Amino acid sequence: MAIKSQKAVKISQKHLLGIQDLSISDVNLILNEAKQFISLNKSKNKKLNVLRGKTQINLFFEPSTRTQSSFELAGKRLGADVMSMNIVNSAIKKGETLIDTAMTLNAMHPDLIVVRHQDSGACNLLSQKVNCSVINAGDGRREHPTQALLDALTIIEKKEKIQGLKIAICGDILHSRVARSNIYLLTMLGAEVNIISPTNLMPEDIEKFGVNKFSDMRKGLKDCDIVMMLRLQNERMTSSFLSSNREYYEYYGLTPDKLSNAKDDALIMHPGPMNRGIEIDTNLADDINRSVIKEQVELGVAVRMACIKIFCI
Amino acid sequence: MKKQYFLNANIIDTHNSLNEMGGLIIDENGLIEAIGKKVNKNNIPTREKIIDLQGKYIFPGIIDMRVFVGEPGYEYKENFRTLSNAALSGGVTSVVTMPNTNPIIDNVSIVDFLKRRGRDKSKINIFPTASLTKNLEGTNMTEFGLLQKKGIIAFTDGLKTIQNTRLMSRIMKSAHDLNSLILQHAEDLELSKDGMINDGIISTKLGLQGIPDLAELVIIERDLTLLESIKCRYHISQISSKKSVEIINERKQKAKFTCGVSINNLSLNENDIGDFRTFLKLSPPLRTEEDRISLVEGLNNKIIDVIVSDHKPEDEEQKRLTFSQAATGSSGIETLLPLSLELYHNDSVKLETIIQALTSNPAKILKINKGNLTIGNDADFCIVDINKPWIVKKDKLISKSKNTSIENKKLQGKVTNTFVKGVELFKL
Repeated sequence: MAIKSQKAVKISQKHLLGIQDLSISDVNLILNEAKQFISLNKSKNKKLNVLRGKTQINLFFEPSTRTQSSFELAGKRLGADVMSMNIVNSAIKKGETLIDTAMTLNAMHPDLIVVRHQDSGACNLLSQKVNCSVINAGDGRREHPTQALLDALTIIEKKEKIQGLKIAICGDILHSRVARSNIYLLTMLGAEVNIISPTNLMPEDIEKFGVNKFSDMRKGLKDCDIVMMLRLQNERMTSSFLSSNREYYEYYGLTPDKLSNAKDDALIMHPGPMNRGIEIDTNLADDINRSVIKEQVELGVAVRMACIKIFCI
Repeated sequence: MKKQYFLNANIIDTHNSLNEMGGLIIDENGLIEAIGKKVNKNNIPTREKIIDLQGKYIFPGIIDMRVFVGEPGYEYKENFRTLSNAALSGGVTSVVTMPNTNPIIDNVSIVDFLKRRGRDKSKINIFPTASLTKNLEGTNMTEFGLLQKKGIIAFTDGLKTIQNTRLMSRIMKSAHDLNSLILQHAEDLELSKDGMINDGIISTKLGLQGIPDLAELVIIERDLTLLESIKCRYHISQISSKKSVEIINERKQKAKFTCGVSINNLSLNENDIGDFRTFLKLSPPLRTEEDRISLVEGLNNKIIDVIVSDHKPEDEEQKRLTFSQAATGSSGIETLLPLSLELYHNDSVKLETIIQALTSNPAKILKINKGNLTIGNDADFCIVDINKPWIVKKDKLISKSKNTSIENKKLQGKVTNTFVKGVELFKL
């Protein structure tokens, strides 16, 4: 995919709530911006001051390691003042509603709020109540737009395009916001997307989003360029979806044998955190020739810098 | 009370197969003295004051078979007084109240309290239900016989469904013996667990747990199978899907039962939820347009007997939350008739069918002498300007709770006057 510098193009949205709201030129704008930060992040002096004087609040209602630290680092590298709210000690535990929290924070005049919440649509609700831009860092099982953008950037860096690639997304699709955002983004960018999941973890009507669905992993992986594995989200499972982890690994865990159905140069991705030995063979996860999991984390900072810069200004 | 005379009205009374231009005379006791085309200027003494309705409609007072009132326990959401006023403004003169209060209506002593409050504070006719099981726990039956003697009209767990098949068969047998009416909310609570909206493309897109139409279907199929062997008065409170319409149509040959539908499911579909509109978080959920059309057809084909408002007042704080935290249900008693009239105005359903589903059919199911304009009966009726356009604004709602599912909707048809026992209790 050709990414040309399109300086004149402006983002069409005030908030980054989901890939669903973005146009293809929005996506190109973000990815182009992100590309410029990749080398910066590898250099010795990583600090810019483009967002000096701006305030970014990270509001995480759900535990997160990589996303929260990635957003924090991204904001700081751009020169913004970054505050990460510790929800354990916050008024939420005292019964304050999300809207009241939003109003309180809004009164402090932040320029950007990054929010993660366990409920789908929480960031939409929050965005209606604050004056600044809101970036969704994952809401329930709905969307995780920056993850999809960093996945797309990783694929572009490795494969130089997305158009025409065959990409498998495999695992717990039902509970996955990463899967949903990636489905919207990768199909928008012209990939053929195969969804692989046991029927119990397949959302209703998923094929209507323009993807192929498989419950047989080997068939779903056939000739794929990219294999994107998802984490089994045990914390979102309320009743029996699967008989056991070992059976899941047998049928849906990524092993060298199953991977052989994909193209020889197929790359493995995972948004993390990984359940080694449940959804992915531990050696495969660490195979530097196949796995780009570390690159995903690295490019995550660049993508988030781009998003913060675009939506903060 | 003075005698009252109305002329030039379009009168529809489906109980008496009346659909004609004519007049209405109410006697000194608030009873209907004469009605129909025979009532005209010539047989009214000239000294009497005559109200010329100029072609407005007269319908029997509406019977709403599914209403949640906050009393006792949730008076801040709705009490009998605010419910009455809201109901009257929508032409509703009789309501069947759900037992999901605090405490729950499940024993004789609480019924006494309820009847007293209903009598003292309510201007409309209150027909209370009691729960099918004690404390809505779905394990032990309540005393159908004793409760009925105290004035309970029917039995339902309201928001909940009897999950245990053995218990359900025993409930039906008791209902058979005691001639009790069961109102079942059909939902398999395991299949619908944590569900918020219809299971399908919208739930997948919004990332919300879905409620499959199968959750409704399996309970309906189970109950109707039981009903083939155990005869009793059985009514499905609300259906929401095409599959339910189909199975009910099929089973009506084999067993005697009735069913209802919420005006929400007849008028809206899952697409209306848009960007997480919590006011449209309903039970049963709004389903697809195909389901909605099938429900409208079901009403036309007399597969569905009753339209209800499913009036469930919730204070706004319970709706200003994320979708999963928000309360379920909408306030709708005062828009039940106007929203139903939309189906008439857009040529989906005949006016008589709508009025039948709002008056004579519920009366027949409940075995009450309401919902008709028979001579000698209480003059419970409403006068409706069927073409009057207006816009639903939550601030203008009379109900204590403003959680309407149709905020800003343009409607056509408004109740201008409502009478109970011949007394005008609402005037626009």
